Amino acid sequence: MSITNGPMPDDATGLRKTSRLGALLQRSEAARGFTLLSPTLFIMAVGILVPIGILVVMSFWTQVGFGFDTTATTANYQMAAERPIYGALLRRSLWMSGMATMATVILSYPMAYFVAFHVHRNKMMWIVLITLPFWTSYLLRVFAWKVVLGYHGVINSALMNLGLIEAPLEFLLYSQSAVVITLAHAWAAFAILPMYVSLEKIDKSLLEAATDLGDGPIARFLRITLPLSLPGVISASLLIFIPTTGDYITPTLLGGPDGAMIGNLIQKQFGAINNWPMGAALSIILMLSIGAIAVSFMLIANFVRKRIS
Amino acid sequence: MTQNDAFISIQNVNKYFGKFHAINDVSIDIKHGEFFSLLGSSGCGKTTLLRMLAGFENPTSGEIYIDGQPMSGVPPHHRPVNMVFQSYAIFPHLNVRDNIAYGLRKQKLPRAQRDALVDEMLDLIKLPDYGDHKANQLSGGQRQRIALARSLILRPKVLLLDEPLGALDKQLREQMQLELRALQKTVGITFVFVTHDQEEALTLSDRMAVMSNGRDLQVDTPTRLYESPINREVASFIGTMNFFDGRVKALTNGGAEIEAVGLGNLCTSNIPPNLKPGQSVCVAIRPEKLSLSRDAQSGFNQVKGRLDNAAYLGERSHYYVSIEGVSKPVAVSVQNRQRANGNGENQCPVWLSWEDNAFVVLGNG
Amino acid sequence: MSRHSYIKRPNRPLQFYAALFLVVLYLPVLFLPLFSFNTSIYVKFPLTGFTFQWYVELMDREPVWAALMNSLRVGITTSIISTGFGVFAAKAITRYRLPGKGPLIGFIMLPLVVPGIIFGVALLVLISRLGIQLSLVTVTVGHVIVCLPFAIATMIPRFEGFDPSVEEASADLGENAWWTFWRVTFPMVFPGILASLLLTFTVSFDEFIMAFFLSGTDPTLPMYIWSQLRFPKEFPSILALASIILVVSFALVFLGQWLNRDTQATDLNSE
Repeated sequence: MSITNGPMPDDATGLRKTSRLGALLQRSEAARGFTLLSPTLFIMAVGILVPIGILVVMSFWTQVGFGFDTTATTANYQMAAERPIYGALLRRSLWMSGMATMATVILSYPMAYFVAFHVHRNKMMWIVLITLPFWTSYLLRVFAWKVVLGYHGVINSALMNLGLIEAPLEFLLYSQSAVVITLAHAWAAFAILPMYVSLEKIDKSLLEAATDLGDGPIARFLRITLPLSLPGVISASLLIFIPTTGDYITPTLLGGPDGAMIGNLIQKQFGAINNWPMGAALSIILMLSIGAIAVSFMLIANFVRKRIS
Repeated sequence: MTQNDAFISIQNVNKYFGKFHAINDVSIDIKHGEFFSLLGSSGCGKTTLLRMLAGFENPTSGEIYIDGQPMSGVPPHHRPVNMVFQSYAIFPHLNVRDNIAYGLRKQKLPRAQRDALVDEMLDLIKLPDYGDHKANQLSGGQRQRIALARSLILRPKVLLLDEPLGALDKQLREQMQLELRALQKTVGITFVFVTHDQEEALTLSDRMAVMSNGRDLQVDTPTRLYESPINREVASFIGTMNFFDGRVKALTNGGAEIEAVGLGNLCTSNIPPNLKPGQSVCVAIRPEKLSLSRDAQSGFNQVKGRLDNAAYLGERSHYYVSIEGVSKPVAVSVQNRQRANGNGENQCPVWLSWEDNAFVVLGNG
Repeated sequence: MSRHSYIKRPNRPLQFYAALFLVVLYLPVLFLPLFSFNTSIYVKFPLTGFTFQWYVELMDREPVWAALMNSLRVGITTSIISTGFGVFAAKAITRYRLPGKGPLIGFIMLPLVVPGIIFGVALLVLISRLGIQLSLVTVTVGHVIVCLPFAIATMIPRFEGFDPSVEEASADLGENAWWTFWRVTFPMVFPGILASLLLTFTVSFDEFIMAFFLSGTDPTLPMYIWSQLRFPKEFPSILALASIILVVSFALVFLGQWLNRDTQATDLNSE
């Protein structure tokens, strides 16, 4: 054994002097963690907190010609409350994305259930296949629906070719239903993930236990599977409802005047109408409404969950 | 620092994780070249203490000295210690040879010399032909040896081992215990060994610390920990122990006479310091220090009881005997080669006897 | 004798539903390439004939090439920055006890759910108040904010997937944080880094709403498509362009997901 007299000097693993900063980082785990996190936090602060702060400030200004009157006033909020068009558009947006959310969750749940319980080989392949469209261009996916639903589009021309209709169906494009269908379709891939994860986490022996104790398939689903997957359903609902309420592309391409949403109005304030403070106020109102609905939804869901269990 | 012969000195160390007091005022001295074990059930703080020696956790207060140097603020890569992780932490993207040579980078050795060192380690751990194997082609025992070699090649002043045998099956574990002990004697490095397995700690250690709830209950040699535990917690943690309430009748030359409930008077020199006559104490005895017989024997300390229950364990049997005035049946361990007269029947009267000094008087706590 | 347990036995209607679901998920998008090879300038049945004409025409358009170059520049910069920041953020989130970690992660993940229009206009307001000219740089800033959560969410499962004591072992064997990163962490999370580069590039390359508010005179490819949508006679060549983008996007994302495949189940839901 020559371990004790190798070529290494005895103090090779000895102590080094560490700098003060080094010593601080060594002592404080949180300091090291925050150092690593700092570039991300910096860009998120500069890109989210500061801009939204300024947006809040600007919402209390007023537009004067091409400049701003920076005296603080609640005029924008008052106008938003008084003019029926704003409230109507907001309510319509919430309603439409609520419909889209419900449709997506109901239609996607069986798919998530299928992958979680009935796919045994190549599970990952299925997940990739389902989520793949979500990562690709939202604009082009909406554009594809325009091609499908258009006046001379796929459905109309196919139906006319088959002789089923005389003239194109006009309600397909530029309607609320066109927007709801497209939103539901576009976000389905996103909705499946959280539901799949919470279904996958369910211990299969629980289901066997329920069967053993006398539950049939339907009772078992209602008493075990559904309650346990509820967290996934809740997060899926929020993950769709929140971003779709403020969507701009879909209502612009497919909504027409009937299907316009609050996003269109906000964009107009920053574009054609050129009233940035009003646009800022509308953005804040949109954020607050979404936040209020999301929080009350979560509270209700929690309450229901406690009642069930 | 005036340290007598302490190579590692843990002094009044406390560690909080949030509000959780993980290490509670622990002070331990470890000598150079010692095989030292930290024994305790999971969550007792033994791994936290080991990770503080390695530098992965920092004490909230107190100081750790290694070879006379204070360790606070010294990062893991500057400490003269190496660690064998519970999971072995073999680098999965490197082969065995590169795993073992990992820590040699900074020494900038010529390739031939480095290879020679690695070969030497491969021989030492008895895996000479495994240099090119990938980490995922190795068994648990092989991974454990590679983790050892990877640390030992750097010739640390202290080797820390975090339950390194926990993942192995029983037979392999016993073999590795022997090898580990032999290896430590060969390389002469101080080992600090964490385990929850009392038998393992008793077999391997020169000295050991019994830990519970973040405190070190007793630091001593395996023999003394087993024979003379300082309090009831240590006594019941290691092995089986029978406890009796008692009172100090008189102090004798280096010992005491105790009047124990159910047993009568007994003499022992296993006593804590500062014992006073009249004081209530707890006395304890190991099951193997009691003898069992059907008839009273002359010239022995003895008490009559009733056989409650017997458990046959192969090389030995455990009998449980109830004694009047003692709530819990007394456990007696008997080597089965003495078991000539067959099983006793339940409820038959028996005599328990013991020699002087077989009892330990426990301190309070 | 059934191969499956009672719970897992095959369910025909559900299998049918799943197949139908996948078909419907992909069908609308498939009409874009279908009509991009159609000779007619109108997007309608019946198909009139097969042609590469629209693709050839696309090649001759200077603005398409310019927009493509813009999108590549923004996409590559965005993917490198967000993946670089994301590696460190994912490591911090998975490896360190940080006070207020939960809310911090929630904050970082905000761009995944908050409507893009809010961040778009908010950044627009900030940039104009600072007097900065809108350009590809401002678009890149917007895209980094959108892509960072994706990068972090892609890499967190990677970090969670390997034993943290492997990094500790490296420190224990004498390597400092820098060398430990290059000798252990980087090789271990490398598939995640590649996946993150591909995914964030695709998200940036396809992103519209931030570019819509934040781009100056140089349009990105989605911006170019948007501007051409109102000209009916441009429709077929836009279909051709859209088809190319979709094929490339699908390929990149598929590759990225494949590289990162052993971490799929927890993807995006790791917090």
